[in-house]
Amino acid sequence: MHGMTIDSKYGVPTVSIHTDKFERVVKSVARVSGLPGASMAFVPQPVMGKSDRELRAYVDGNDPITGKPVMQEVIEGLIRPVGEAVLKNASFERTTPRLVEPDTEDNLHQLFLENNWTDKLPIILPTEERVGEMLKHTSHKPQEVVGHMRPTAFREFWEYTVEKVAVNAVMAGCRPEYLPVVLAIAASGATARHSTTSSAAAMVVVNGPVRHEIGMNCGIGALGPYNHANATIGRAYGLLSQNLQGGSVPGLSYVGSMGNNYAYNSITFAENEERSPWVPFHVQHGFKPTESTVSVFGGCHFLAFTLGVREKYWREQVQNLLRGMDPNLRSPVLVLDPITARQFIDRGGFDTKEKLIQWVYENATMPAKVYWDYQLVQNYIYPRATFGEEPWASKLKAAPDELIPMFRPEEIHVVVVGGETNGYWRIISGGYDKTVSVDAWR
Amino acid sequence: MQGNTATAMAGRKITVLNPMGYPPKVTGKPMAPRLGSLDGKTIYLVDARFDDSDKFLKQMQAWFAEHMPGVKTVFKQMSSVYTEDDPATWEEIKANGDAAIIGVGH
Repeated sequence: MHGMTIDSKYGVPTVSIHTDKFERVVKSVARVSGLPGASMAFVPQPVMGKSDRELRAYVDGNDPITGKPVMQEVIEGLIRPVGEAVLKNASFERTTPRLVEPDTEDNLHQLFLENNWTDKLPIILPTEERVGEMLKHTSHKPQEVVGHMRPTAFREFWEYTVEKVAVNAVMAGCRPEYLPVVLAIAASGATARHSTTSSAAAMVVVNGPVRHEIGMNCGIGALGPYNHANATIGRAYGLLSQNLQGGSVPGLSYVGSMGNNYAYNSITFAENEERSPWVPFHVQHGFKPTESTVSVFGGCHFLAFTLGVREKYWREQVQNLLRGMDPNLRSPVLVLDPITARQFIDRGGFDTKEKLIQWVYENATMPAKVYWDYQLVQNYIYPRATFGEEPWASKLKAAPDELIPMFRPEEIHVVVVGGETNGYWRIISGGYDKTVSVDAWR
Repeated sequence: MQGNTATAMAGRKITVLNPMGYPPKVTGKPMAPRLGSLDGKTIYLVDARFDDSDKFLKQMQAWFAEHMPGVKTVFKQMSSVYTEDDPATWEEIKANGDAAIIGVGH
C-alpha cells in the first residue's frame, strides 16, 4: 500500500516486495486501489527469523510467482513503463444487485456456499418475506445507510444499508426482534472478519434491558451454544462482516494463518449485571444503566483461565496468567464469573472495576529485555517507541532487567458473566473498539 | 402425498436477497514515470519495520553494491509502524531519491 502511495501520489517509481503467500491479496488490493500495474516482486515466505545467508539467497534467487530472478523483477519494475492496456482498465464500476436470480432452494443454498456468502454452516435463505418481517423491528428505512466496513486498513470501505444487515441477520437464523442489536453491531463499523495473519476474532458484550427483552443468556453457559439469541446474533455479526465488507476469502481477503473457531459466533454474550458487584460495562463507557448497548472488541486470539482467587498466592497466580499472554496492543479482558468478581473484592479490596484494572496494570510486568524482544512488540510497539510515542518511548529507556508494564491501563477491561456454578474465570485477549446504542436502532 | 408435496416444493423457484454490501467505484491512479536506467540514480530502500524486513533490505543493499555500484542506495526505516502513513518519509524520498523499493509487506 505504501509503495503505491509513493509511486502514484509522490511520483517516485517504486517496487513493493511481498512474500509469495500474499500474491492474490496484494494484486487484489492494487486493482481496487486503481493501480493494477503497481510494480511488485515476491520472495518466499517467511522473512521473519531467517539468517542473513538465507535472506541473501532470497535476493539472489527467483521470484516464486514469476520464476524470474527477484532482482530482475525489481529493476524492471523501476525502469520499464507499464503497458497502456493495463492503465486503460484501471477505472471501473461495481454494483451489487438487490436480488439473486430465482432458483430452487437447493440450488440457492449451493450458490450461497460457492459464493462464500456463508460460514459453511447451513443458512436460512433470505426471502423477501423473511427480510420484510425482520425489517418490521426497526423504525429505520430499509435503504438507510448503516455504515462502512473493510477487512483491513489497506482495503476499500464497502457501504451497507438496514436491509442488507437484515438479510444477513435472517441468514444467521436471528429472530426479527433481534434486529436492533444486530444493527447496532453493524453500525460499529468494526469487522468480525478482520484479515490479519494473526487470525483475530471479535467479541460482543450486550448490556441493558434488551438482554432480557430478547432472552439473552448471561448466566450458566452464556459463552456456549445454549441460547438462541447469543448464538444467532454472534453468527450474524460474522456473516454481515464478511458479506458487507466485500468478502472474507482465504488467500484473497482473509489471511489468518490458522483461522479462529471463536469466529463462528464472535464470543457474543450478555453481561450478568444483576449478579455483578460492579457497574455494568456500558455504564463505564458513558451510558445509563437503562440504556441498551453492544460493546465490540477485536483482536481476540487466546485465553488463560484458572479457578478462584486464592487467599495466599492469588497475586502470583494472576501474574502468571498475565505473563502468559502476548504483550501486544489489544489485551487483556478479564471475564469473571460473579463468584470470582466477589473474590477479587474479598482478596484485594477491589470495590470498583477500575481498582482491579489498576492492579493488573501495575502487576502485569516483565523484564524490559524480554518485552522488547517479542515479535509483536517489535512490529507494532517498538517503531512507535523510536518515533517518540508515549508511554513506549519512556519504556524504551528502562534497563534490560527492569520490570516494565506489559499493557496500558486503557487496554485492560473487566466483564462479569456466568451462572455461579463455580468460580472459574478467564482472561481473553481482546481490544475494545466501541460501545454502540441499541436503542438508536429500534 | 406428503412426499409429493415436498418434491414439488423442492423444485419451485424462489427469490432471495443478495447479502453483499455495496462496493465503491474504482478510480484509476497515475503511476510515476519509469526511469529507463538506474545508472547514477539514488534508490531508497524503505524498511516497513515488519517481521525482520530490515535484515532483508540490508541484503538487497549489498546486492546493489556488488552488482550495480553506479547506483546509490539509502536505507531508510519508516518513522512508525507499517499500518501508519508516513508523509515525512515520502517527502524525503521525493526530494532526495529517484526511486524506492519498500518491503517486506504482506
